[in-house]
Amino acid sequence: MIAQFLSYTFIQNALLASLIGAITAGIIGTYVVSRRMVFITGGITHASFGGLGLGFFLGINPLAGAAVFGLISGLGVEYLSKYQKIREDSVIAMIWSLGMAVGIIFISLAPGYAPNLMSYLFGNILSVSRSDLVVMSGLMVLVLAIFIPFFRLIQYITFDEDFARTSRAPVSLFKYILAGLVALTAVVYIRVAGIILVLSLLTIPQNTALIFSNNLKRIIFLSIGIGFAGSLTGLILSYTLNIPSGAAIIFSLVLIYLLASGVKSVIRTRERKTRPG
Amino acid sequence: MEKLIELRDITFGYGTEPVIEKANLEIFKKDFIGMIGPNGGGKSTLIRIILGLLEPWKGIVSVPASVNIGYLPQYQNFDNRFPISVEEVVLSGLLKKGKLTSRVTRDDKLKAREVLEKVGMLTFSRRSIGELSGGQMQRVFIGRALISDPDLLILDEPVTYVDNRFEHELYELLEAINQETAILLVSHDVGQILSSVKTIACVNHYLHYHPDNQLTEQILESYNCPIDLITHGHVPHRVLHTHPS
Repeated sequence: MIAQFLSYTFIQNALLASLIGAITAGIIGTYVVSRRMVFITGGITHASFGGLGLGFFLGINPLAGAAVFGLISGLGVEYLSKYQKIREDSVIAMIWSLGMAVGIIFISLAPGYAPNLMSYLFGNILSVSRSDLVVMSGLMVLVLAIFIPFFRLIQYITFDEDFARTSRAPVSLFKYILAGLVALTAVVYIRVAGIILVLSLLTIPQNTALIFSNNLKRIIFLSIGIGFAGSLTGLILSYTLNIPSGAAIIFSLVLIYLLASGVKSVIRTRERKTRPG
Repeated sequence: MEKLIELRDITFGYGTEPVIEKANLEIFKKDFIGMIGPNGGGKSTLIRIILGLLEPWKGIVSVPASVNIGYLPQYQNFDNRFPISVEEVVLSGLLKKGKLTSRVTRDDKLKAREVLEKVGMLTFSRRSIGELSGGQMQRVFIGRALISDPDLLILDEPVTYVDNRFEHELYELLEAINQETAILLVSHDVGQILSSVKTIACVNHYLHYHPDNQLTEQILESYNCPIDLITHGHVPHRVLHTHPS
């Protein structure tokens, strides 16, 4: 059965997408979680639905439209966050719902029926094509090219932005680069997990990793491993039970999270027993 | 004396009203300036202007690129649950323009050990910053400000979260550091800093520079500079009334 499972091209593509996705989302998600920009990322992802709708309407690749909207909202929020007078969370909520509204308006105006709407909302890793893989690999290379040489700088900026500024480090430049990467990652993985679920790829592995480590580098590696394991489990569940792959992956990731916190609390209880007081 | 930085006629505010008006300050090598004044008087604002975190509305800030400033912010500004170790926090003090991609060298690690020893936190170097008490965190951040051997060390309310013993140690440490380094020490609490500092800058909307550390009630009144006198132990003190603004 395994041999048969692996012989399908769409399964091979899905496996590759899982691996590339786990690496990209493992790194970007760690930035998102440690800088506490989960809500911003949710806003960006949903705002990109506006671009998706526009893409349908104009008859171009919907994900290209989504990328443009995602980038504009990501960089826009980063720009606006400089001004303390603005209620950032309210602005995000506005962008969030505006994007969805614009998207649905364009889709309803588009001639004919938009057949893939469900797959954009909930994702389908089994429909990942070769050209999708090329885009995903490109993004992964870009993320690695920024994070490997500048890891320490990114860590310090994320930890204490003001202090990094006083060291005359190019803080703003990096915040924009990273906001752009977050937006692109969210949009590219709409294919895999959908607009509604993509946030979990960027947060559940990281929060699972945080149970075991407080070292940023280790959290990235653990997140990659956990993300890949969750995707594989989800893929197998999806294939054997014939359920939507995006949902199955998220379900597996949460399951791993619950298992991990269970294991951690058992370890803690044991430690307490062996070391009384 | 070698001049490190200079502020001339600085005016700045957050809304439409200025918080700071026409402030002038020069800092020379080996200065030890106590910056005092009430909360909300503009001390931290002025510090952030010196550090280049805020642009003044008017006036000139001259901080040559060659002048290395070590900075201890008020620690509530950062995320205590961020996954980073004590050693890494101290090493982050070595971040410099042009050295952005550099790896941590053996020398850097030795330097970090030395600094952690100085602030009494060596045994905590592997711990995560969030596990520390407020006073321990403050020691670590002082370490981060010291590791780059700054020409000027700016400390914003350094003793707010530390215990008595470290407070005393800190002032001894600062006096030793002052042999080589200029220090700008910000406090709303004048009692503790008077014995260490050489000169005083009083910030309450305006800046008044007082070229010695002898402060009398008359001087404070003439400066319109009400301050809190909070201190520990058997220190003679007086409570000054506040002035209408």
